[in-house]
Amino acid sequence: MDELRRVILDYVVKEYLEEGDDREVVVDTPLITGGIVDSFSMVSLKRFLEKKYTIQIPDAEATPTAFDSVERIASLVERIRGARAGA
Amino acid sequence: MSQPTVYAEPDYEQRRRDFDWGIAERELGYRPGDPINIGWYCSDRVCQLGQGHKLALLWEDFQGRCRFYSFDDLRLLSNTFAAFLLDLGLVPGERVCLFLDRVPELYLGFVGALKMGGIVQPLFSAFGEESLHTRLDDAGTAAIVTQRKHLGKVRRIRGTLPALRHVIVVDAPASALKDGETSLALHELPRVQAFDSYPSTPDTASVLHYTSGTTGKPKGAQHVHYSVVSQYLTAKWVLDLRPDDIYWCNADPGWVTGTSYGIIGPWSNGTTQVVLDSGFSAERWYRFIEKHRVTVWYSAPTAIRLLMREGTDLVRRFDLKSLRHLASVGEPLNPEAVLWSQEAFGRMFHDTFWQTETGCIVITNLPGMPIKPGSMGRPFPGITATVVDPKTFEPVSDSGRVGLIALRPGWPSMMRAYWNNPEGYAAKFRNGWYLCGDRATIDRDGYFWFVGRDDDVINTGGHLVGPFEIESALLEHPAVAESAAVAKPDPVNMEVVKAFVTLKPGFEPSDDLELEIMNVVRRRLSPLAMPQEIEFVASLPKTRSGKIVRRVLRAKEFGEPLGDLSTIMED
Repeated sequence: MDELRRVILDYVVKEYLEEGDDREVVVDTPLITGGIVDSFSMVSLKRFLEKKYTIQIPDAEATPTAFDSVERIASLVERIRGARAGA
Repeated sequence: MSQPTVYAEPDYEQRRRDFDWGIAERELGYRPGDPINIGWYCSDRVCQLGQGHKLALLWEDFQGRCRFYSFDDLRLLSNTFAAFLLDLGLVPGERVCLFLDRVPELYLGFVGALKMGGIVQPLFSAFGEESLHTRLDDAGTAAIVTQRKHLGKVRRIRGTLPALRHVIVVDAPASALKDGETSLALHELPRVQAFDSYPSTPDTASVLHYTSGTTGKPKGAQHVHYSVVSQYLTAKWVLDLRPDDIYWCNADPGWVTGTSYGIIGPWSNGTTQVVLDSGFSAERWYRFIEKHRVTVWYSAPTAIRLLMREGTDLVRRFDLKSLRHLASVGEPLNPEAVLWSQEAFGRMFHDTFWQTETGCIVITNLPGMPIKPGSMGRPFPGITATVVDPKTFEPVSDSGRVGLIALRPGWPSMMRAYWNNPEGYAAKFRNGWYLCGDRATIDRDGYFWFVGRDDDVINTGGHLVGPFEIESALLEHPAVAESAAVAKPDPVNMEVVKAFVTLKPGFEPSDDLELEIMNVVRRRLSPLAMPQEIEFVASLPKTRSGKIVRRVLRAKEFGEPLGDLSTIMED
């Protein structure tokens, strides 16, 4: 697992799993549909990503589908960073 | 091949003229003086009518795994749940909290706890420990039924809840639990074949749902077993439930829609319902409707607007022709959403209006009524509703003038009290009217049009959030000196929480601090209560007596006139 995915995964586990909740979360675990992160909490996760990676995630791209796993989130971050680097 | 039944669309005016709640009593086979227990009406009665084999609940989890329960399964498993509670030593009238995700035990336990005479206290499982503590403490809850994943929150607060005698965990073996915690493997227990439901009277307390106000702690709206009369008939007429329907209510039973119309309404009608224990995903939802041939769908404006964002192309990938009737509740359904649903599903969502305290739909678009997109509809036939002048509390006579939505008390599912709060209850009534706390107009055709709340309560995603609770949580952060929580307009959730914060000396505004404060509120209260935005300010507007004036901050967010500022103190 690369650094980006590890950081996002660690943040999700630390912030959104209850203490004592022993579910295993991996990069493909459904976060939104799996009930780990809800649509309201997505805002704080989006804020974390924007702050950590100094990016702006357009609201239109911050959808439940795009945030449904660490893998999808990491892909979104990579795409936005890549677009910025290529600009 | 048999011909499908053709249903005539009902005439609204005739239904109003001919209405009395005895219609529902007779259809339910209830005679005044008989015991009336909601749990029995949702299970045993349906079996006695020869429908025991019929599917009551089809439950599916986020991975697509399904469980099926007939009405006879529902009867037996709710018997088993009820007997389990009695064996623990719980007695009728004690509060039994269901703190569960949308797992089968939530639905079976709701019916079972009512059968044993408990007062069921459903709570949203995303509540943080502070929200949970406030509500359990106020209710003097004797037992909480929960899951392993939520147990940590319960354990952290249990020591300060002396009335809480039992912590029951539905998905953990006894070996994983601590002293004073009980494992309940409902599906593995011997099924209790016969159970005498508690002989409740119409006025016996049944369900305690907490709701938020502008000031003070959340209030427990206490309902009674007679409420089934309203919930049965409104589910039948407004949601148009018919014998062969497959019904899906999106709402979580931690909130009143999820019990009145996610349990009591459909099951007292003997209707099959489907439950999806999954977070939001448009594709997942459409696949669920297609897979289970859902015919009636009761959803919410926030969900509908999220679906709109995903577009109609996605809708076209699924066969959703089974859908026959669509309805919505939670906050006003905007005209664009109504028109979009016509384009996407070939049917308009019918808006319905009600609240925790009313227990059932009170203003609505009945099937067959012309829909005016954006309108709440007209009063349900058994309901006398109007808008009243905010000063005189007399009905507003001219159409189009804004007033407070007011209901004449007396329908079966009206709350009977706020738990431990007689003053708060009394304050909801003026001049013989129950005041909903919402402002609206009525047009010449008698349709109601929502204008806004009449207080500082924030309606986010269809849920009411009280500013007081949020501000209290904000103040627990070491950097926060003062705070004010207000509504901010939002294209999906109608409103979201925005917080204005002044900082203590030594703290500076930053993105890190904003995120930290947001997460503190989310964990302590709930994701709904988490400010979606925090604005750090030098001072907050206050009256000369030092009270923070939220209305000024709210008006700025909505771009509305600031009103009378003569009493606002400048720092």
